[in-house]
Amino acid sequence: MITAEEIRAKLLEAFPQARVQVVDTTGTFDHFDAVVVEESFRTLSRVRQHQAVYEALGDAFRDRIHALALKTMAP
Amino acid sequence: MSEKISLPIAADQSGPGQQSAPRTRAQGGDVMSEIEADVKGQKVFLYMKGTPDFPQCGFSARVVQILQHLGAEFGSSDILVDPEKREAVKVYGKWPTIPQLYIDGELVGGCDITTEMFQSGELQSLLGASK
Repeated sequence: MITAEEIRAKLLEAFPQARVQVVDTTGTFDHFDAVVVEESFRTLSRVRQHQAVYEALGDAFRDRIHALALKTMAP
Repeated sequence: MSEKISLPIAADQSGPGQQSAPRTRAQGGDVMSEIEADVKGQKVFLYMKGTPDFPQCGFSARVVQILQHLGAEFGSSDILVDPEKREAVKVYGKWPTIPQLYIDGELVGGCDITTEMFQSGELQSLLGASK
């Protein structure tokens, strides 16, 4: 269990300049939609962008998030 | 994981700690070298739930469908029957979910990215360009 706000905080820690939006889609603290708009993504392929987000979430992803529908892009 | 591997010459398979060609567990390698052997042994490789004929998950099924639609030949591995590999694949690819599609030894993505790249035509050029 994790809140959308906790996820958002983790992402902003890793990407301080990013625009980050996280929605708890089911209200059950485990399924989320996230959008991360980050300048450094401009030079990364989509798979690398997603990997960067997964890395930022670290163990939280494995243990506390059941599903994350992720959109990443450069501004 | 991105360490250089030495050329697969028989003479190079001595000594502990020495780099050698990736080997499957059946050949005495560990699960990570088996994954490396999978994804580098053929140009298109898919980790999935189930088999191409009997996918056990809608996301895996969709990637199979796309590859078959494009007439791509691909190898695959059913991680549902291999819990050790299931966890190792996530670590190897730095990717938390299955399916995972590899082309030319590089992770392309899961179902969402594969679908988008198919729709944009990027996947086709990746498949066409790879030898």
